[in-house]
Amino acid sequence: MSDTDPAPGGPAPTAANDPRAVAATRRAAVSVGVATGAYGVSFGALGVASGLDVLQTCALSALMFTGGSQFALVGILGAGGSGASAVAAASLLGVRNGFYGLQVSRLLDVHGLRRVAAAHLTIDESTAVAVGQSTTGLSRIGFWWTGLSVFVLWNLTTLGGALLGNALGDPRTYGLDAAAAAAFCALLWPRLRSREALTVALAAVALVVVVAPHVPAGVPILVAALAAVVTGLVPHGPRRPGGAGGGAA
Amino acid sequence: MSTWATVLLGSLVAFALKFLGYVVAERHLAHPRVARATGLLPVALLAGLVAVQAFLAPDGTPAPDSRAAAVAVALVALALRAPFLLVVVLGAATAATLRAFGWP
Repeated sequence: MSDTDPAPGGPAPTAANDPRAVAATRRAAVSVGVATGAYGVSFGALGVASGLDVLQTCALSALMFTGGSQFALVGILGAGGSGASAVAAASLLGVRNGFYGLQVSRLLDVHGLRRVAAAHLTIDESTAVAVGQSTTGLSRIGFWWTGLSVFVLWNLTTLGGALLGNALGDPRTYGLDAAAAAAFCALLWPRLRSREALTVALAAVALVVVVAPHVPAGVPILVAALAAVVTGLVPHGPRRPGGAGGGAA
Repeated sequence: MSTWATVLLGSLVAFALKFLGYVVAERHLAHPRVARATGLLPVALLAGLVAVQAFLAPDGTPAPDSRAAAVAVALVALALRAPFLLVVVLGAATAATLRAFGWP
């Protein structure tokens, strides 16, 4: 770029007005949008493989617009779960967006229709880019550019994936039902950073397998969610000195 | 509940949860235990969904088939830092290949 550098020792420009910082933030935002849009294809294909039609699959990407919840909703419907359990699981997965809203609303300071638009765009990616910036101005640019890039590409690629899935026919032949399981693994993986998270994940798998034969489809997921909430709410008790099974953790 | 009702109700709740973060006073949600429980919620839900999608037949009985093998391949790919789309494609390809050879 041909911008003049600030004179050495002179006052640094405020980052929000620095065109290079702004351009870098926009580039990061758009690349996050492209990366996320790529897996809109898999959501579109899974949506129709789960029994939704193309329009219903696209409606989820436009209106629900939060990937994990969308995958959960179509996954549970595809596995024969009731609409109520699908909505419940999708909603529990969407709770985190409310907490993202708490964080980004302080940065954005939006009202009226812009607040409605900002809320709709509040997802993992837009929040991550927004809170990762050095100034409030860059945070706002990061939030809107990421949110809008992801929104546009996610919806376009969902449509493409849904049309592709429709054209393919029996989803099992192409392993599309297994693709759902792989997608959930990929969504889960980055969240397994702590030992506590890993324990909760393994406990959830065990609970689901034990409970599933005895309850309607979709319910085991909610039992697993309940276990997580209980684990989170139980206070960290004082460690028993030399207690049985005393791990170093 | 019809599929359309499920889609629209789910979308409405999803938006309401996002909007709540913009209008609720932070002190109501700032308790550390609430934050911890919320952080673990997606972990349990996603792990539970993996179990349902990979290990269970539609009636809830255990059915380790090509999907479980697909999950194993997906986990290896993730450990090798493969991107999302590649993980999904490898999972699908694993199940499709095994089925072509007659696995359930």
